[in-house]
Amino acid sequence: MITACLTLSAAVGVFAFSFGVGSVAAGASVAQTCAMSIFVFTGASQFSAISVVGAGGSLGSALGGALVLAARNGVYGLAMSRRLDGSLGRRLLAAQFTIDETTAMSVTQPDRRRQQIAFWFTGLTLFTLWNLGTLIGALTGSAIDPKTFGLDAAFPAGFVAMVWPLLSDRRARAAAVLGSLICLVATPITPVGVPILLSALAVLVGVQRPVSDPSEGRPT
Amino acid sequence: MSWTLVIVLAAGAYFFKVTGLVFLGGRTLPPVLERCLALIPAALISALVVKDTFSSGQNLVLDARAVGIAAATFAAWRRWPLIVVIALGAAVTALVRLVG
Repeated sequence: MITACLTLSAAVGVFAFSFGVGSVAAGASVAQTCAMSIFVFTGASQFSAISVVGAGGSLGSALGGALVLAARNGVYGLAMSRRLDGSLGRRLLAAQFTIDETTAMSVTQPDRRRQQIAFWFTGLTLFTLWNLGTLIGALTGSAIDPKTFGLDAAFPAGFVAMVWPLLSDRRARAAAVLGSLICLVATPITPVGVPILLSALAVLVGVQRPVSDPSEGRPT
Repeated sequence: MSWTLVIVLAAGAYFFKVTGLVFLGGRTLPPVLERCLALIPAALISALVVKDTFSSGQNLVLDARAVGIAAATFAAWRRWPLIVVIALGAAVTALVRLVG
């Protein structure tokens, strides 16, 4: 579990580096970039926000897409609240660490004690490397052209790796295809940032009751 | 970029996290809502991939990124580690730009 966690954190550090570079390239200052990684601390929302801002989208559309993405952490919180012990103060701190990776590492552990260790260990190493990577990326940012190193492709490449395991579920596949199509169709006809917001409509695939789907209720 | 974006996003992101973990706690949501919320990552992250690969502002484009993301998708399909998927996507894109 420790090895898996450290490997994951190292990869996330590299991803954070590309966030730092991309964020500065999108017009954010080093302080703004680092503040995002410390206080927002949910990668997909951060990437979504700077990608919309970088493409010239409005503040509202940048926020909208990023906040819809952030809403999924609420679902992870529901899953984690049954697994974490501790005082209110400790839970308020745990909330900041409730993201894709910590939830995934924790819920796959066999017992409650290891679930808690996995959550806190992943949370702390990930938080450290995410912010370290962001800082180094932000400081490097203005020195290199992200396009020369293909760093603009690092975002979607990382997202492909994140979304791939989810697609083993039939309904997640349907939502992914529909979301992508909405985004493609909406891109030329709506302002920048709006296509991502509209693609959230694809979650309505979930309204229909599953016929026999044993994976229902999983925390991802 | 404005500080408003940073602050509102930070507050909003924490609001969702704390709502699930602390306020709602062990309570369960209506099944239909839970099913829809569970599909957010698949729908939005896929759309982000499409946007960051095939668009430039409001234009749909086909450039070096498409080749890089195809390579990254192959790596993800082969279950290669995250770090390899990212590095491959970036490297292939940079290479195609260099040659093209």
